Formats: sequence, C-alpha cells, structure tokens
Amino acid sequence: MNMRKLKEFIIEKLILLSGLASIFFVILIFLFLMKEGLALFNTIKVSAFLLGKSWYPISEPPLLGILPLILGSLLVTAGATVISIPIGVGAAIYIAEIAPGALKEILKGGIELLAAIPSVVLGFVGMVTLVPLVKNVFHLPTGLTALSGSIMLAFMAMPTIVSIAEDALYSIPKNYKEGALALGATHWQAIHRVMLPAASSGILAAIMLGIGRVIGETMAVMMITGNAAVIPQSILVPVRTLTATVAAEMGEAVVGSEHYFALFAIGIVLFIISFIINVTADLFLHKRQ
Amino acid sequence: MMRNPHRTQRIAFFLLLTATLLIVVPVGYILLVIIQKGLPAISWQFIFDIPRHGMKAGGIFPAIVGTIYLVSGAIAFALPIGLLGAVYLSEYSRDNILTRIIKLAIVNLSGVPSVVYGLFGLALFVVFFKFGASILSGSLTLGIMILPIIITTSREALESVPQSFREVSLSLGASKWQTIRNIVLPNAVPGILTGTILGLGRAAGETAPILFTVAAFYLPQLPGSIFDQAMALPYHLYVISTQVPNVDEKIRYGTAFVLLALVLFMNLVAIIIRYRFRKRKKW
Repeated sequence: MNMRKLKEFIIEKLILLSGLASIFFVILIFLFLMKEGLALFNTIKVSAFLLGKSWYPISEPPLLGILPLILGSLLVTAGATVISIPIGVGAAIYIAEIAPGALKEILKGGIELLAAIPSVVLGFVGMVTLVPLVKNVFHLPTGLTALSGSIMLAFMAMPTIVSIAEDALYSIPKNYKEGALALGATHWQAIHRVMLPAASSGILAAIMLGIGRVIGETMAVMMITGNAAVIPQSILVPVRTLTATVAAEMGEAVVGSEHYFALFAIGIVLFIISFIINVTADLFLHKRQ
Repeated sequence: MMRNPHRTQRIAFFLLLTATLLIVVPVGYILLVIIQKGLPAISWQFIFDIPRHGMKAGGIFPAIVGTIYLVSGAIAFALPIGLLGAVYLSEYSRDNILTRIIKLAIVNLSGVPSVVYGLFGLALFVVFFKFGASILSGSLTLGIMILPIIITTSREALESVPQSFREVSLSLGASKWQTIRNIVLPNAVPGILTGTILGLGRAAGETAPILFTVAAFYLPQLPGSIFDQAMALPYHLYVISTQVPNVDEKIRYGTAFVLLALVLFMNLVAIIIRYRFRKRKKW
C-alpha cells in the first residue's frame, strides 16, 4: 500500500517536471546562446555589431557588422510578406467559407502536404525551377536573388497563415454571418464587412506567425538567395540572411574565435525576434477568446 | 453609378479561388517533378549502396541509416517527456499563471528558428557536455525541437477523452494516477501515435539543427556507436545540390524523392490513424 503511494508520488512529481520541461528548455536555449554569444561584446560594441556595414569574418582583423545580413533578412521577409498575405488570407477565406465539402478537404490536405515537405527539398526544387525562371524573366546574370527567396518563403509561410486564419474565421459565432445575410447582404458582403473585421485579431496573428516562419527559415533561403553579404540595392540581387549566415559559416568557425561568438550573437538576435513575434501573436490569439 | 453586389461577389470569389490555386497547384507541381525525375533513379543499388566517386555515383544507404538513427534517438528522448508534459497540462494543471507560462513556452519552443536549435545543440551537447558531433548530440537537439509537436497533439488526444470516463474510474476507488494509466491513456493512444509520427516526420526532414551537431559531409560507412558522426538524408541532399559540383541530376532527384517519400509516408500514416480513430470513436 505504502509502496503504491510512494510510486504514485514519484510519478506525479515526474509529470510535474515534464510539464515544466518546456519552460526549462526555452530558458536553457537562451542561456546557452548568451553564454557563447555575449563574449563577442568584450571586443566589439553592440552598436558596431548591429549597425556595422561590413561582414568579413575571416579578414584580419575580422569585420563583424551584421547590417547587411539584417537588411538581407528584412528584404526577403518583406517580399515574402507582400506576396503571402493576399494569397494566404484569400485562400483561408475560400477554404473556410466558399469551397464545398469535398473540395474543402482536398484543398486543406494539399496545404497540409506543403507544410510537411522538408525545407531542403523545397530549396532544391526552387534551385532547379524558380531560380532559372527568375533569371530568364528579368534577364539577370544570376537567378539566385532576394526575389527568388521571397517567392519561395512566401510559399513556405502559406500553410501557417492559411490554417490559423481559417481557424479564426471558423471560430466566429454563426449568428454574425446569419445576421448580415438576413439584412440582405450578399455572401461576399457578409464576409468582407462582418466576418473579416470580427476575425481580424486572429488573422493578424496568422500573418505574424507566417512572418516568424519566414525570418527563421534557413535551408531553402540559403540555397536560393545567392549568399552575398552586401547591403542590397534592389530585390533582384543576391542577398544573405541572418539564418543562412549562421548555417553556412558555423562549420568553418573555430570554437572560441570571434567569428564563432559572432554567429552565436546572431543566434541571440534571431531568438529575440522569434520570441517577440510569438508572444505578440499569442496575445492576439488570446484576445480573440 | 450603382455597383452590382452580385457581380462584385462573383469577381471576389474568383480572386479567392485564384489565390487558393496559386498555393495548391505549385504543391502538385513540386510532387510531380520529384516523382517524375526521382522515381527512375530508384534502384536496389541506389538505396543499399554507399556513395561512391565523391558522391557522384553509388547509393545513399549511409544517409538513410543515419536519418533512421537520428529520428529514433529524437523520439526516444522527446516522447516520454512530451507525453508526461501533456498529461500534466491535461490532467493536473489549473487555469493559472503557471499554466499560461508553460503554454507560452511551448509556443516559443515551436517558433525558435531551426538554425538556432543547431546553435543551441552545438553549445550544449557538442561543446559543453563534450559529446562531440555525434548521433547523441543530433538526436537530443532534434528531440527538443519536436517536443512542442508531441506535447500539443498528445494533449489534444488526452483532453478529448470524456470527463465521465474519469469520474466513473475515480468513483470506483481508483487513484488519480490509476485512472490516468488505465482509462485516460489507453483511450488517447491513437492521438498520441499521430503526434509521435508527425514528430518523426519533422525530425527526419530538418537540416539546420543537425548541421553542426552530427551531420557528416561524406562518410562511406555506417556509424558504429551513438558517439559517431553520421550522414543524414536532408543534409546529403543539401550537399550534393550545392556543395559538390557536377553531381548527376538523377542522383539529386533520387535523393530528394527518397527523403520526400519517407516524410510524406509518415504523414500519411498519421492521417490514416487519425481518420480511423475519428470514425471509431464511440462518444
């Protein structure tokens, strides 16, 4: 009897510990990024790191300014956002409101399928299809450009945007829509004037989480944006993002070198960006309930 | 000039359909391209041979085996913690600030960029714990990455077990843990299985977290222990499509096909389990 009680006591403590594991891991990730990344700022000022215009990590002395990388990430993300918002929200409305039963399931399945495709496979397909296309359409010396990255990333953000925006539309009380229809509005007027405003905070969260996905995406963007760490003058030139820099250079960086610390410092920047996006999006989703 | 609301509606619906097709048609095209060009590359030799001539010939067997090891390790780590964490959220937690923070942590964990997981795994497992670049480091990194998927899906499965089941068990004198073990968990198995398989699929396809924690560029032999480096399918695809010049297109498409087939097969199994479970559910 007492053995049983003891056993249950231990199991319940294990359950509690596992419940707290997520908090523990988030803190652990942040601590270890800080542990390796903060050492950089013994030699370089934070402002010189964030706003420095040159990224030459293996020159002597190394130049570790990440402004070109930040701008590269921003440019690719902005392009992806502009493409993915109308298409993603439009598809969410179509699937939630217009598509008939069987078609709806097929479309949802297709979008779930997209979410499951590994990013390195999408990067590979982008290399062999999208990159030559962009090169030929715009008559460029290379198709490895920020635009190619934007298109590919917009595509990768779609499953997130569509599924969360569709949930938001789905969870609006039915009588909102019925009220509008009863007043003589067409279906589109009911969607456009009543349902979209009612679902706005959920749709906003969907867009934010889509952007979060885009900023953090690594493999596909590294394979198709050309990886030139210079401040981009247009969307039709090669760029290098924060994520691609870490992925491409960590293999060569010597543990304990300034280059190594700098790549971890980029990791801190990425972690903070994703933290802010996720917390804000969560607040929007919570507000809806 | 009066605008005709019905005409506006037709135009709007047409645009919405176009938006949907802009997503779904490329997905179909991607699958088609990879199947069409990848399938002819698949042969007994391609699957079961080691890469030869600097990866320009031969097969991908070590990469397949490496991915299987990594995914098994990740799930062995993440499933117990994730499942117990889900039990906590579903059966023990109250609606308070702690629960709110746990949920926020899960959301954040699923939002951390995959390359940041790679950095974390490098700093903690490879450097700090001195596991080196090894299957152990890579598995643990992938395990933490898929934790949110397992917690979220398991929790949904546990919460969908009707409250009355628990009440009957408790009223018969069973303790809380006995109720969970004998009543709640068995009824949630299909949902937990779905989450586990989705986690497997995700772990199999990720590249960035294994870049600095385990992945070997070219290692034409099978790993001997969990402290060895290993090749992995997604990293191998990255290497032969960007790092090694003049690899036969057939080998690239074949590798992409095997990786995609593996990941989609796991997703398909998860969908089938979910579907059959929904149909069979008696409550």
